[in-house]
Amino acid sequence: MTSLLNRKAPGLSYSPTRPAWKEKPSLLYSSLKALIVVGVTACIGLPVLVVFATSFADNQQIIHAGGYVLWPTHPNLDAYRTLFSGNLMIRALGVSAFITVIGTAIALFVTILLAYATSRPVLFGRPVVLAVLFTMLFSAGIIPMYLMIKQLGLIDSLWSLILPGALGGFNFVVMRSFFMGIPGELIESARIDGASDWKILWTMVLPLSKAVTAVVGLFYAVGIWNAFFNALLYLNDTAKWPVQVVLRSYVLQGKSMAADQLGVAVQAQPQSLQMAVVVVALLPILLVYPFLQRHFTKGVITGAVKG
Amino acid sequence: MSPTTRQETLETAAPAGVSGAPSPGTGTSRRHGWRARPAGRSAGRKAPVHAVPFKVRWRRDWQMVLMMVPGVLVMLLFAYIPILGNVIAFQDYQPYLSIFEAPFVGLEKFVGLFDDPDFLDAFRNTMVLAVTQLVLFFPVPIILALVVDSLSPRRIRNVFQSIVYLPHFLSWVLVITFFQEFLGGAGFINNTLKLLGMGSIPFMTDPSTFPLMATIQLVWKDAGWAMIIFLAALSTVDVSLYEAAAADGAGRWRRLWHVTLPALRPIIILLLILRIGDILSVGFEQFILQRDNVGPGAAEVLDTYVYYSGVIGGDWSAGAAAGLAKGIISALLIWGANSLAHKFGEAGLFQKKVG
Repeated sequence: MTSLLNRKAPGLSYSPTRPAWKEKPSLLYSSLKALIVVGVTACIGLPVLVVFATSFADNQQIIHAGGYVLWPTHPNLDAYRTLFSGNLMIRALGVSAFITVIGTAIALFVTILLAYATSRPVLFGRPVVLAVLFTMLFSAGIIPMYLMIKQLGLIDSLWSLILPGALGGFNFVVMRSFFMGIPGELIESARIDGASDWKILWTMVLPLSKAVTAVVGLFYAVGIWNAFFNALLYLNDTAKWPVQVVLRSYVLQGKSMAADQLGVAVQAQPQSLQMAVVVVALLPILLVYPFLQRHFTKGVITGAVKG
Repeated sequence: MSPTTRQETLETAAPAGVSGAPSPGTGTSRRHGWRARPAGRSAGRKAPVHAVPFKVRWRRDWQMVLMMVPGVLVMLLFAYIPILGNVIAFQDYQPYLSIFEAPFVGLEKFVGLFDDPDFLDAFRNTMVLAVTQLVLFFPVPIILALVVDSLSPRRIRNVFQSIVYLPHFLSWVLVITFFQEFLGGAGFINNTLKLLGMGSIPFMTDPSTFPLMATIQLVWKDAGWAMIIFLAALSTVDVSLYEAAAADGAGRWRRLWHVTLPALRPIIILLLILRIGDILSVGFEQFILQRDNVGPGAAEVLDTYVYYSGVIGGDWSAGAAAGLAKGIISALLIWGANSLAHKFGEAGLFQKKVG
């Protein structure tokens, strides 16, 4: 009798994580899944690891390993010291930081105001929303944009990298659909108490919208930090190049960072120097990613469904 | 109307005949008319008589309208005026003339595109890339979503999700740099091959395999991100359906085929339609970064053609014509795709932006 009770039904052994109706995964199935997971992780993680490792590795190891190392045996900061001893990279970082911080602040300001104002049935609300949606469908194109920037005298100005992107259609939709979810009664009661719309937005709506503001802000920041082509198009002055353009010309196109550009003689192995440039472009994204990742799926799905 | 406080103005705006203490409901609609309006609008489409006159609405909403000003200004300057700037596609524009002085040439620039072998190359490459992407990229996020959805320990699942979303946030410059460092002529793989005494393989510079390479890059960067929408759809599948199917003796693969995939079908159809609507946009920075290495014969797409013929080559009008033609056809295709999606009963517009 006990033997009968203890005997498990085939494929239906109890597991706390698996519902009773699900069969026990076969070995082939599990290993296939594990292979996919490990493979995908390696495809994404390995390049990042190699870039970091090589940037810290010493010259001998790099030469010995044929250019790339998986783990630095004698980690040092020579590449970074060389990179930051000249003003090329410091300047590029300054430019990127400036356009990212100021650009995000301006974009958030513009987007929040427009999204909030159009999230209520107010005068001109509907046509303005349609106008934004139309820009998502049809964009002017590179050449008219270039001529416009030129006409405004923004060629070779960092504002050419900030202002045109100050209203992103997708971010607008995400913000607006969030604001539309705030109950109208809340806002109406504040109006009855005599609060101005500006005050309602600032003291009531924004504190309720911290998460969505953070996500949209990070979307803007990542977008500005990553943008490369607009700098190539609008900036002729190499002194104003942001990090991405520096990365492109010194790593992808393999232009050598001459002593005069760095300000010092190059001491580190060029390979580790190049990898250090990659790390500089990559690190800020890796640093904000955990914050971004916590909220973005929700924001994305809201924006996608309610658009 | 004498200058009164806001409160009083709105009181005057209230529908006549309501006097004394109003009920809370009428109070709010009197105050704003916000909630009353949309209903009134949809009811009386044929006679769009606004309950509240413009002047009163202005008094009520001017602060909100003021808030729209920065956004509208940005839109005018960097979207709508440039759209008007496309007029140079119908002109023989030269940088030393202003747009108002340039002579009109009608559709000459558009016709001229079809005599330009570079444009025809760009068009062909765009189509080849779009089809390659459709066949090779499109299924990957679905498969990935199925794998992620079946990962059982919550921790592993979350970590894996974080890893596969990450590349979406890296710039194309970084992505191409990674590929160059790994697969390029002096990259990791080829250096290893050399150390082993074998010849190198031109992964990154071979024009004939470039569509494949470009699609692999796209998969690396965006397949994880594109998975989100499928994961969301998977999470809405009723678990009791699986349970019932299992009770009826359906195994793992049968449940996948008869429960999971039918649940995903609407979203797959929708995204497929939208992708086809967006077929002329295969990406831009990705190709401009590799055009020099692979050559324009394989890596020139419509967007890069606009840049090289217009900004670099100096034929501004031809570039603008190509850009405008692409923009109009794309917009029509997207609009058509959306209408099609609506026919399938999906709430479509802008869902494509997820990918």
